[in-house]
Amino acid sequence: MNIVVCLKQVPGTTEVKIDPQTNTLIRQGIENIINPFDTYAIEEGVRLKEKDGGKVTVITMGPSQAEAALRESISLGIDEAILLCDNAFRGADTWATAFTLSCAVKKLQQYDLIICGRQTIDGDTGQVGPELAEMLDIPFIAYVGQIEEIKDGYLRVRRMVEEGHEILETTLPAVITVAKEINVPRLPSLRGIMKSKSAKIDTWGIRELGVEESMVGLPGSSTQVIKIFFPQRVHQAEMLEGNPEKQVDTLIDRLKSAGLC
Amino acid sequence: MDYFLDEQQKTIRDLARKIAEERILPVRAELDEKEEFPWDIVKDLADADMFRVFVPEEYEGLNGGCLELCLVVEELSRVCSGVAVTYAASALGCMILMEYGTDEQKQKFLPDIAAGKKLSAFAITEPTAGSDASNIKTTAEKVEGGYLLNGTKQFITNGGEAEIYTVIALTDKTRGARGASAIIVEKDTPGFTFGKKEKKLGIRASATRELVFKNCLVPEENLLGKPGLGFIQAMRLFDRSRPGIGAQAVGLAQGALEAATDYARERVQFNQPLITIPVVQNMLADMAIQVEAARALVYAAARYVDSGAKNVTEESAMAKVFASDAAMKVTVDAVQICGGSGYMRDYPVEKMMRDAKILQIYEGTNQILRNAIAINLRKRKARTA
Ligand SMILES: Cc1cc2nc3c(=O)[nH]c(=O)nc-3n(C[C@H](O)[C@H](O)[C@H](O)COP(=O)(O)OP(=O)(O)OC[C@H]3O[C@@H](n4cnc5c(N)ncnc54)[C@H](O)[C@@H]3O)c2cc1C
Ligand SMILES: Cc1cc2nc3c(=O)[nH]c(=O)nc-3n(C[C@H](O)[C@H](O)[C@H](O)COP(=O)(O)OP(=O)(O)OC[C@H]3O[C@@H](n4cnc5c(N)ncnc54)[C@H](O)[C@@H]3O)c2cc1C
Repeated sequence: MNIVVCLKQVPGTTEVKIDPQTNTLIRQGIENIINPFDTYAIEEGVRLKEKDGGKVTVITMGPSQAEAALRESISLGIDEAILLCDNAFRGADTWATAFTLSCAVKKLQQYDLIICGRQTIDGDTGQVGPELAEMLDIPFIAYVGQIEEIKDGYLRVRRMVEEGHEILETTLPAVITVAKEINVPRLPSLRGIMKSKSAKIDTWGIRELGVEESMVGLPGSSTQVIKIFFPQRVHQAEMLEGNPEKQVDTLIDRLKSAGLC
Repeated sequence: MDYFLDEQQKTIRDLARKIAEERILPVRAELDEKEEFPWDIVKDLADADMFRVFVPEEYEGLNGGCLELCLVVEELSRVCSGVAVTYAASALGCMILMEYGTDEQKQKFLPDIAAGKKLSAFAITEPTAGSDASNIKTTAEKVEGGYLLNGTKQFITNGGEAEIYTVIALTDKTRGARGASAIIVEKDTPGFTFGKKEKKLGIRASATRELVFKNCLVPEENLLGKPGLGFIQAMRLFDRSRPGIGAQAVGLAQGALEAATDYARERVQFNQPLITIPVVQNMLADMAIQVEAARALVYAAARYVDSGAKNVTEESAMAKVFASDAAMKVTVDAVQICGGSGYMRDYPVEKMMRDAKILQIYEGTNQILRNAIAINLRKRKARTA
């Protein structure tokens, strides 16, 4: 089985500050981590390999410091890591990200199962997984909470839904996104960490992927993040006067004039 | 303080700390309360390769020495000293094997210990032989097909849980301590059973148990080194393992210092946080001094052991005595700073204070080790006089 795990390096906090001048995230002093949901994807990939054999490759698109996330994944049992890094990839939206990832997966040629996290903690869209499946033209299942069976060309999973779960079958290759119910990610091992320090990591850019600059990064994106901001919180309260009956009448008037009843 | 650890040592320390904080911290109170053996954590430590640290590379280890072992023990003990001793005892249990075993013996037992699949334990203490370890009565009579063991070992860490035991027994009872030998006994050998499981003041996650041998036949090839050298092997072993107890003390004291500092910052009395009160500040400062001095001495002793020095008795005894006395004092003061809350089981410092006491007792009581240090002082003076 050839398994591909997609991971994204994200700021290790959900309380990122935004520079109001440039509208970009202030990354200074914030440690980067593997997107927490992607740690479940890594663990599941490694478990499948340990059980049935095969190879797990991890791919990330990001700046050169994302290499640290790849090395960490190797310390957790990943076999090979590829960094998609090129100035041309900058400013990618989810579409351009998924497109770039799809080119890399195609270049790998052999893939049975692609595992993504259910969403990131920074961009938070949850779109990359399904878009990637579309671009590769293979089946997609979201929120997988358990892989029940996997064998040549066949996958059966338990997908988490609000009221419970669904059992779904699909052919392989396929893309899944995993929920945190799927496993408890392991801690790294000493031998893993030592191996990860000297592991060779391939870097692919537009040349290696054989794509045009116009298809990736900002030019290849249909969405642009123009501004990121925290909504201004305004507290406005009006105390209604008079006896209870009068207060109720006023309230109804107010709601009516606001078009709420 | 920067102790100039190398990359690998830092990696070992950082990962041990991560395991302690992520896996041990959430369950330490429960392990203590239930006096439960921490099998889940042993598995985590094994998965992280921690049991490989003290094993040579040829036997699937990572070739670490005394210092590397100390770094792991310290980090585990900072969060739970009971878990730390469980880990350390497995190293203790195979140290005579590593030093005196044949390649065949090492091949047979070490890879499983390194993988954490099997724990090991070391047994010398008996009801009649505590500080006077030479007064052991357990016999290992040479018979056809091996050695026949009879006797009882007491207070054995990892007893009942470990698979591989290094037992010191008399192969020649006419010669007393000079007739003692180190023999490996595997769990489930017929005639080898476990007696009383002790209920303890502290380090309650660890198992302390009696080993009972009744006509237990052990194959001849389980003898480690030459017969008659068991007592010397054991004394040499303790010389090399005592910095590990020192590290357990440093970690424990560090944990107590941190807990007391946190509490002193938050607790307000007389309209001010405790940490702004000079008396409390002085107590905390004294605690910090003790911890750092103990750490410096323990690391120095561990490095001395790793240097291959022949006689390390004094240095390692000093490290063990100083660090364990420091841990006792620091944990008592930590409870004092935390006041009534510190006395309650909801706070970690009462457990730390209970855990500290054993460090002054096992692997040679601090009195016995002071005797040993003094004897060396006298000998040296006598030589130069
Ligand atoms: C605050 C903020 C808001 C944004 N809003 C939008 C928006 O509204 N629309 C838009 O198109 N873009 C948006 N972006 C850009 C978007 O974050 C990036 O395009 C990003 O590369 C993918 O989107 P995501 O982080 O939402 O990933 P998700 O779709 O949430 O990620 C799902 C999974 O896909 C995989 N994955 C995601 N990114 C990568 C990667 N770079 N390399 C490898 N695997 C990956 C991981 O397995 C991940 O768990 C925003 C970014 C930020 C920081
Ligand atoms: C939790 C626990 C775990 C243990 N684990 C192991 C283990 O894994 N393997 C193992 O073999 N043993 C183990 N032991 C045994 C431990 O090493 C002994 O308890 C220790 O050596 C002290 O022996 P004792 O208890 O018989 O005390 P005693 O020797 O009876 O000493 C009692 C007191 O008298 C003092 N004393 C005795 N003789 C002298 C002297 N000559 N000069 C000054 N003072 C003296 C001692 O310092 C002590 O204060 C463990 C013990 C405990 C409690």
